[in-house]
Amino acid sequence: MTFGRMETEFRAKRDAGRKLLVPYITGGLAGWQQAIRAAADAGADAIEIGIPFSDPVMDGPIIQEASQRALESGVTPVSIFEEARELEVGIPLAVMCYYNTVHHAGHERFAYQLLSAGISAAIVPDLPLEESGPWCIAADAAGIETVMLAAPTAPDERLPRVAARARGFVYSVGLLGVTGERASLAASATALARRLKAITDVPVLVGVGVSNAEQARQACTVADGVIQGASVVRRLMDGGPEAVGDYVAEVRAAIQH
Amino acid sequence: MSIMAEPSAEGRFGEFGGRFVPETLVPACQELEAAFREAWADPLFRAELHQLLKQYAGRPSIITECHNLGRKLGIRLILKREDLNHTGSHKINNVLGQALLAKRMGKTRLVAETGAGQHGVASATAAALLGMSCKVYMGAVDVERQALNVFRMKLLGAEVEAVHSGSRTLKDAVNEAMRDWVATVGETYYCLGSVMGPHPYPWMVREFHRVIGDEASAQCRELLGGSDPDFIVACVGGGSNAMGIFSGFVDTDARLIGVEPAGGAAVGRGMPGVVHGMRSYLMQDEYGQVQEAHSISAGLDYPGVGPEHSYLASIGRAEYPTVTDAEVIDAFQLMARSEGIIPALECAHAMAWIAREAPSMQGKVVLMNLSGRGDKDVAQMMEILG
Repeated sequence: MTFGRMETEFRAKRDAGRKLLVPYITGGLAGWQQAIRAAADAGADAIEIGIPFSDPVMDGPIIQEASQRALESGVTPVSIFEEARELEVGIPLAVMCYYNTVHHAGHERFAYQLLSAGISAAIVPDLPLEESGPWCIAADAAGIETVMLAAPTAPDERLPRVAARARGFVYSVGLLGVTGERASLAASATALARRLKAITDVPVLVGVGVSNAEQARQACTVADGVIQGASVVRRLMDGGPEAVGDYVAEVRAAIQH
Repeated sequence: MSIMAEPSAEGRFGEFGGRFVPETLVPACQELEAAFREAWADPLFRAELHQLLKQYAGRPSIITECHNLGRKLGIRLILKREDLNHTGSHKINNVLGQALLAKRMGKTRLVAETGAGQHGVASATAAALLGMSCKVYMGAVDVERQALNVFRMKLLGAEVEAVHSGSRTLKDAVNEAMRDWVATVGETYYCLGSVMGPHPYPWMVREFHRVIGDEASAQCRELLGGSDPDFIVACVGGGSNAMGIFSGFVDTDARLIGVEPAGGAAVGRGMPGVVHGMRSYLMQDEYGQVQEAHSISAGLDYPGVGPEHSYLASIGRAEYPTVTDAEVIDAFQLMARSEGIIPALECAHAMAWIAREAPSMQGKVVLMNLSGRGDKDVAQMMEILG
């Protein structure tokens, strides 16, 4: 199998001993493009761009707030794609979007929109394996990598099927719950990453509930990397793009020690 | 085979339905489907539920022929009296079924969403009866306009959380209940209040409400000398009371009418979309953002609709007209003054359609599902009518 851009880069970096860091930034939020550039400069390996949706069931208060603000400022998926095209940060971009955004645009059209915006991958958190067929056909044809989520609730027989369909990386959900910052890293985060590492060669990144540099370091003792969502978005809303750059540098240093 | 048969293995009614949930919830939905299949095939479970419906909820509910309104409108109007059930609406049928199932699955905690508060009250009631804890999510707008039901839930021992995100109505209460479920899936049972959500909910909730249609079918045949009504009319938000009564008549010649509020017409104004775990008609903008519904009735203030309704609409078996808030206010008063029955604002939608369309139904037999009583709406109507 030939890998897409993101998976090719991730595998090469992992095999060279680097831990992977993927900050999440809500598309269209004030300062989002500068924040992406700052994150890239500070050592991010890819960026996950959130496409704001009216009903984000997998997101906690911080990302809900960010999505709401972006929507109120008139942001649309199309305006985000247009602005993403100008980024040229030298690392792969992924989108995180709820399935109705894809469904409404149409699978082929959405895949083409991503492709022409220079976006490599898509994460669709309410599109589980059983429902993913039609989208994956369109995404595969366009060369868009579909990241699959694996959850702590998955029985052993399910994980290999999820991993087999994953392109780019496997998103190892860190805990039972929605996105947001927690006081400590849940035991389930490393437990699931360990189960996944045992059954797949696809890079395994932990996201949801990885809330600071120390928790990222802990997750990376098992996983190939981390996704940082609410902790990044909160810094963008409170401190602006510079605060995002500083934070990404701090996490980079912690996971690479 | 009935038009309203079991959905496909993927939970589809035609091209609608499915299971669009976060990966965390997939095993929970599969487990629920297996548990429901097993329970529904178990005569002991069915007997236990039947006992509860009979001795606790007060089933069977009666039918009432409205002679005054019938004369006035030139039709024969029959009401299925779900308003007379314990807790005041049809919601108790589904909740008793799901709560028994939850108990059988070893769950200790119920979460529920509610719009008008009727499903929340029913859930709180079942939790009190069966010794479970209960948390109800309710949009902040609805908490305000349905204060009486909020207090009822608290009296019954439930915790009510006002939801301040999005449109702060039913849609957002569902989001918040799903977020709770994702975080607590081990011990929590999500007691969904309508024929919506991911498979198996639309099918399971319809089966728990089938009793409405089954009873009404037998009762009408007795009243009508063996024949069926010409029209079956019910209001539709998510669509559970309509599904319940439709299920008894879908394979007859009766016309099935699901009345949507003009400001929340998922079938009438929506297009296929995916939210809350299902593919169904959905009010959305040109980028797929879900639009806010606006209705006088909190119970119908929902931009989506159960997937089996979308299916019945797509094959032309059921029709989904709309009525305006002004027509609903008139119908609410019409029923109260003509028949001495104060309907819930939700059911007043069905009454409004019947009153408007009566000239084209002269001499016909119309069965309306009076799915709830209007006590909860009296304060709101007092403000509107001044």
